[in-house]
Amino acid sequence: MSEIENKTENGSTESAGECTTGDTKDDKGLGLGVIFFIVAFVGCFLSGTLLFPKLLYSKKEQPFNFDHALHVGEAGDCESCHSFREDGSFTGIPKLDTCLDCHSEEALGETDDEAVFVEEYVLEEKEVPWYVYSRQPDCVFFSHAAHTQTAGMDCVTCHGHIGESTSLKPYEENRITGYSRDIWGKNIFGIKKHSWDRMKMDDCAECHKKETGHKGYCFQCHK
Amino acid sequence: MKVDRRSFLGLGLGAVAGVAVSPIGMKLTDDSSIWTQNWPWTPVPVDGEVTYENSVCSLCPGSCGLSVRKIDDRPVKIEGLAEHPVNDGGACLHGIAGLQYLYDPARVKTPLKKNGDKFEEISWDDAIALVAGKLADLRKKGSPEKLACIADKEQGSVSGLFQRLLKTFGSPNFYTMPSLESYLEVTATALHGEGMTIGFDLENSDFVLSFGSGIIEGWGSPVNCFKANASRKARHAKLYQIESRLSNTAANADKWIPVKPGTEADLALGMCAVILKNNLFDGGATANFIGGFNKLAIMIQKEYAPSKTAEITGVKASDIEKIATLFAKAKMPVAVFGKGRGDGAQSLKELAAVHTLNCLVGNINKKGGAFVQLKSDYLEFPDESMDTIADAGFAKNKTGRYVNQLVEKVNESSKPVVEALFVYNANPCYSLHDSKSVKQAIGKIPFVVSFSSFLDETAKEADIVLPSHTFLERLEDVPSCAGLAKSVVGLTKPVIEPVFDTKHAGDAVILIAKALEGSIAESFEWETYDECLESVAAGIWDSLSEDGYAIISEGVPFGSVAVNVSFLADNPATVQARGDYELTLIPIDNMRLINAGIAASPFAIKTVSDKVLKGSDIVVEINPLTAKGLKDRGYATLTTPTDTARVMINLNEGMMPGVIGMVEGLGHTFDNKYVSNKGINVNDLIGPVIESGSGLDAAFGIKVKISKA
Ligand code: SF4
Repeated sequence: MSEIENKTENGSTESAGECTTGDTKDDKGLGLGVIFFIVAFVGCFLSGTLLFPKLLYSKKEQPFNFDHALHVGEAGDCESCHSFREDGSFTGIPKLDTCLDCHSEEALGETDDEAVFVEEYVLEEKEVPWYVYSRQPDCVFFSHAAHTQTAGMDCVTCHGHIGESTSLKPYEENRITGYSRDIWGKNIFGIKKHSWDRMKMDDCAECHKKETGHKGYCFQCHK
Repeated sequence: MKVDRRSFLGLGLGAVAGVAVSPIGMKLTDDSSIWTQNWPWTPVPVDGEVTYENSVCSLCPGSCGLSVRKIDDRPVKIEGLAEHPVNDGGACLHGIAGLQYLYDPARVKTPLKKNGDKFEEISWDDAIALVAGKLADLRKKGSPEKLACIADKEQGSVSGLFQRLLKTFGSPNFYTMPSLESYLEVTATALHGEGMTIGFDLENSDFVLSFGSGIIEGWGSPVNCFKANASRKARHAKLYQIESRLSNTAANADKWIPVKPGTEADLALGMCAVILKNNLFDGGATANFIGGFNKLAIMIQKEYAPSKTAEITGVKASDIEKIATLFAKAKMPVAVFGKGRGDGAQSLKELAAVHTLNCLVGNINKKGGAFVQLKSDYLEFPDESMDTIADAGFAKNKTGRYVNQLVEKVNESSKPVVEALFVYNANPCYSLHDSKSVKQAIGKIPFVVSFSSFLDETAKEADIVLPSHTFLERLEDVPSCAGLAKSVVGLTKPVIEPVFDTKHAGDAVILIAKALEGSIAESFEWETYDECLESVAAGIWDSLSEDGYAIISEGVPFGSVAVNVSFLADNPATVQARGDYELTLIPIDNMRLINAGIAASPFAIKTVSDKVLKGSDIVVEINPLTAKGLKDRGYATLTTPTDTARVMINLNEGMMPGVIGMVEGLGHTFDNKYVSNKGINVNDLIGPVIESGSGLDAAFGIKVKISKA
């Protein structure tokens, strides 16, 4: 008998005592193992789905609330504030100067938010440090002009109905990447119902494939 | 039921399976890939509106037009300005790296006052009051002439304000650092008369005979010269380079003529002798010679016959005859002087001898030749108001003719010949020969005020530092001072708010003048420098402010110019290198480095080849025949009459035997880890040799010995 066999024999002999009386318990042990499996599986799956996002993202409040619906009503359309420069580049989130085209040191309305805006930013001549839900990583080049002006897309396709909202949701920042949760999408599985639910590369490629017949090349966006 | 190992196994497997089908794995993989592609500690440039602002570079005398790209008012990139009359879109590596100077670690952030060995910060008000107080004491003592000033140049309104302050204070002691422009003026004054300067029409010349000028290595207006040289082949023009070393310019030339260092003047005179002997000179042009022509003709036939010249210079007699003949027979020849960048030590004999070649072949004020004309005078300062102290002080003789002589006088004299010194846009403790003795002289001056933007070698020796804006933070007229065929004034504009608590040097001078009160204050009627510039440059202000530049003169100047070669006809002695050793050390100018004024940027330093700088070791070039036992890339000790240095060897057959070349522009010792303590400053090793008669420091090199380290 080899040493290993000896050891195995010894090993089985050691547990044999327990096993002899436990032949019937063996099945129960398995049953308990299955229960433990299911409990652990469900527990980990639910934590990965429900708890993990809470840990992954930190919630941040915007400096003050902004009523898009009100502003669209007053100013006209998205481009009134989110405009294009002469060279075709996109201004993105308006600078204080753009706000001051309509606003001044005298508040236009009566909301607390405007009071904060006037006192902390207009009078202090400070830019509002908005958190940007749609900010893409620095390695991504994106031209708004190519999409909205050349291809004629509307803002809603990617940004959803933010123009109709009356308040800003909290900004959820990914603790690892530093980018907004809106890029991956609210659904942690990455499942989307609308085109504006996610802003990942696959979503760009999906639309490009549909509209142009090709997903596009790396260097089109990653310069 | 009993919890056993299987239960734990089930628990473990369940946990693994639960995590595996949850989004954790997929999400973390995605996030970590984004994280690794966008390291959070890597600075991300802020996005914003792109605008361009035009300005002018003043890092070298080139005066190139610049286009500064800005994102939301923050300058992010510098490019050459297209269609600018000097550089038409080109820019050199120093210009494009100009933004680094804004955030240089050695920048002086606020006025400083020396307390013991250390600087302490003071307010601008206190600093101006302190300077004005010290100067007022000097006037009270009745010795206003003991205030001196060293600036980078004579031209331009800021220099004009310094000169005005000195004059109204009562001092004639205004000095400039050696520069190509100063040599052009010295040469023009010696041969043609006061108030003249010289430009070279390289763009049109069909035969450029360069006496060591680094046409593609930073000579003159560098980008302009690159362009002129780049079009050479298409124009079927020739470039002959006379130089002891196979420089980039020599390698690019149609012919390289190696010459013993320091004998360029003799070679030029030898060529003059060939031209005269063979009647190759322009008969009409010789009519312009108003003095010394016959004497010169006799002298050079005797002293500079080809065989004799060949012996002195190491160039074959047949080559001397051939090159002189080709030069004289070319349609639009031009002989160019100023070795390297043109701002190093030069002898008047050499400058004048080379320019005499131009005068003999009759290319003065002809297309493709040398343009001799009055210095451009576009500034009109109102008359100064002078009190009796100013009149008496200003009428006195200057302490020395040039800055080297000033240094010498200060060091020689036991009594202080200079009691207060202003230094603007210059770094004499680095750029002048024998920097140790320059430091010693500056140390002897009781009150030194530096207007430098950086705590450079000279500013470190100062008692007060009044930090200036860098060229990207200030408005200033920038005249092209670089031997260009046209005369252009550019306007440097502030492209960013001052990064630190600095002031325009022009404003600082106006404030000092106002604090001095009386006739001095009266002579400075402007509230600010900007107001002063607009008024003194009123004649060209419209085009200066609208186009960013004004062309003062362009095209071939009209009329002939008188030539007086009496100085040369006396056959002044050729300057010899100091010392008794066998080998000669010469400085090498490298386009990637700067020797005068400002140090090269960290970016520029990074581009220097390891055949020039290896780690922090300076590499010297030496011919294998001279190296005798020294190994390539091995170490050696270089000994000159002034100092010793440990160097690395680069065996280079492109170096004349008997000559060792060391690059200029390294070995800074101020507080900028990206630039300082790399290599050594060649100026520490070379001691000045003053040319008798002209008073210029003409030390083209120094005698050295080299041994294995
Ligand atoms: S050549 Fe001189 S002036 Fe022109 S960009 Fe370079 S450093 Fe500036």
